[in-house]
Amino acid sequence: MFGYAGRILRIDLSTGATRTEPLKEEMAKKYIGGIGLGMRLLMDNSNPGVDPLSPENPLVLATGPLSGTMAPTGGNGHAFVSKSPLTGAVGEAKSHGFFGAELKRAGYDAVIFEGKSEKPVYVWLDDDDVQLMDAKHLWGKSCIETEDAIRDELGDYYIRVAAIGPAGEKLAKIACILNDHSRAAGRTGMGAVMGSKNLKAIAIRGTKDVNVAKPEEFLEFVKMLHERMKGPATTKYRTLGTPLNVLVHNSLGALPTRNFTNATFEGAEKVSGEYLNERYIVKIVGCSSCAMRCEHIALVPEGPYKGTSTRVEYEPLWAFGPHCGVDRLDAIIKAMDLCNVYGLDSLSAGNIVGFAMDCYEQGILTKKDTDGIDLSFGNGEAMVELVRKMGMREGLGDILAEGVRIAAEKIGKGAKKYANHIKGLEMTGYDIRGLKTAAIGYAVSFRGADHNRHGAYGLDLKGTVDRFKVEEGRAKLVIEIEDLYNIIDSLIICKFSRGVYYEGFGDLAKYYTLATGIKMTPEELRLTGERISNLGRLFNTREGLTRKDDHLPPKVMSTPIPDDTVSKGSYITQKELDFMLDDYYQCRGWTKEGLPTVEKLKEISLQDLAHMVEEKVNKPRKGK
Amino acid sequence: MASIHAKKFVSADPEKCVGCCVCEYACSYEKEKTFNPTKSRIRVVRLDSIVNLSVTCRLCEDAPCVSACPRDALTRSEETGLIMVDEDKCNGCGWCIEACDFGAIMLHPEKKVVFVCDLCDGDPKCIEWCPEEALSLVTEDILAQKARFGVVRKLFQETLRTV
Repeated sequence: MFGYAGRILRIDLSTGATRTEPLKEEMAKKYIGGIGLGMRLLMDNSNPGVDPLSPENPLVLATGPLSGTMAPTGGNGHAFVSKSPLTGAVGEAKSHGFFGAELKRAGYDAVIFEGKSEKPVYVWLDDDDVQLMDAKHLWGKSCIETEDAIRDELGDYYIRVAAIGPAGEKLAKIACILNDHSRAAGRTGMGAVMGSKNLKAIAIRGTKDVNVAKPEEFLEFVKMLHERMKGPATTKYRTLGTPLNVLVHNSLGALPTRNFTNATFEGAEKVSGEYLNERYIVKIVGCSSCAMRCEHIALVPEGPYKGTSTRVEYEPLWAFGPHCGVDRLDAIIKAMDLCNVYGLDSLSAGNIVGFAMDCYEQGILTKKDTDGIDLSFGNGEAMVELVRKMGMREGLGDILAEGVRIAAEKIGKGAKKYANHIKGLEMTGYDIRGLKTAAIGYAVSFRGADHNRHGAYGLDLKGTVDRFKVEEGRAKLVIEIEDLYNIIDSLIICKFSRGVYYEGFGDLAKYYTLATGIKMTPEELRLTGERISNLGRLFNTREGLTRKDDHLPPKVMSTPIPDDTVSKGSYITQKELDFMLDDYYQCRGWTKEGLPTVEKLKEISLQDLAHMVEEKVNKPRKGK
Repeated sequence: MASIHAKKFVSADPEKCVGCCVCEYACSYEKEKTFNPTKSRIRVVRLDSIVNLSVTCRLCEDAPCVSACPRDALTRSEETGLIMVDEDKCNGCGWCIEACDFGAIMLHPEKKVVFVCDLCDGDPKCIEWCPEEALSLVTEDILAQKARFGVVRKLFQETLRTV
């Protein structure tokens, strides 16, 4: 095979047994790689109702057909897929850096981790040689310490490592898997699944060739992408970076502030991309094979957190900044750094701190609960301390590490009203009260609250549509992007590069064929994106999720934006949400309950999973 | 004697290099028709996020790799300074690898003989592909010039602004 390694590795951590099986071309073409392939492998290798933290829940690590090639941003991605302990739905998180390319060079498209090791171990993939190594001495270490220690003890500087920190070991449901010091497969608690298997890290050294089907044309295509990447489509990522969003969202009344109490932040200037770059950013670096560079490395120059250095992106900056009412970049950077130390999803962690602060302001939490910490909005040092408590699962942090949904249930006293999540996954930095196209995408996303499954905020923010209006036809726009994003996450290419594929499915289908030699038309690729959307939905249906799980965060539906701004008064009513869902399900060809129909599954070549819906669909189908 | 502008080698600017490895891919494809950093003549070192640098052969005047070879498999071109490997003589013993201060000469994973940058006939693909324009063909003299002119520009920046 070209592009693909052609092999899937299965590691049973309970017995230590390993075996490889071929990746069939049909499977490759139908699910591409990344989250598509990962979700199909999850579906086929788990039973309905599986406990996410049990040995029976497999953890799938997958690369894509472009991993290990010179494809800019495509050469370096990997995805983790499993049933999420945070949502009970399909969990998936991608990361970039250098790790994915190394896995491909070791000769694997995917690795399925099954069972549970008796003792802490790490997996050492040295090309074809697979070993389970004792990780007792690494238990308790941070992700970065673990990475460095493994490289030292195995004695090879080019080993790439993905590891969990103390949070993953302690099964914090918001634990991430960190690779290459600063890149996280962050969302949906994949780190907890890894921890539940007593799997501390995955270390890889791959030295095999990665070949593409049409190398000369492939390189020509890559050259064109390099040129496009120097252009306007990526300017944002190469200059101020994603923190540019702070002032943009603020000016549009779309910057969720103090746990969605407000939609503008009076301290926005001080946490803006402009302020950050001028005072904190020391270098912008890139991932393997990338022709852009987006990774803004910040260093705190003074004050109590002097010397703290971490990579900064908008979402965690928002979560620890405006969302907590904190206008101190040093504290925000420190909190982000601690997330990397403990191995927490910084986006979820920041969201949860904001939730706890809201509860504190409402009197639901008191100093008795917080071990004396003053959790008022805006208290940066309290925020940093609470992140530490979550990472170590101490005191209140132990409850909060369960994720905002479970934490709110445990706290009680009406805390649920302040827990801004969808399907259990914490909300991200877009105030969808006034972004009503994006709101559809958020509600239906198979992994919960997520801007990255649909990107529909772009339509709202750029004024392509009237963002305060709910109307027929919006769902169709969301679906188009959803299906494209599924392909982006399966190939895997970086979302920051999405603007350089001018022809959308056309460019990506060509890219795929040049790399793999497998014929793929733009329409086939679009259908594949649709297949993956339906696959995610089917998995969630299997796990008992229904229409009622396509909800929006409580504050989005209860608290009109109070600020004196363009979005003032906007929020989403139940009637509007129902309209959105009806429109979306209809466009998807699903039932009113949001269940894919057998006809739809046949249309997208998922008939082998039709039995999953046949028993649930009551109304008789038209026979042919 | 070759002119002062001969004996150019590929050098990475530490201010510009971000460790993206595009040079490794470009090199391995140009030389070996595959994507494989272990077959690249230029290698990237990332110590941490902000410390990155590509390293390749610097065509040392008194090349330690050449002196170290017990089989006379390595020679240095008088004209270009390039290190040439006689693949029939090389037995992959690795003395030259140990002698090189830069890790620029390496053992080919399949051929089991050493390989080193040959500047792609004067038109290095790594330079062509580097997205940061961090790589350039330089001589020791050009490097010295760059440093010298840089420092004087810095010292007299006030004056330069007014002229």
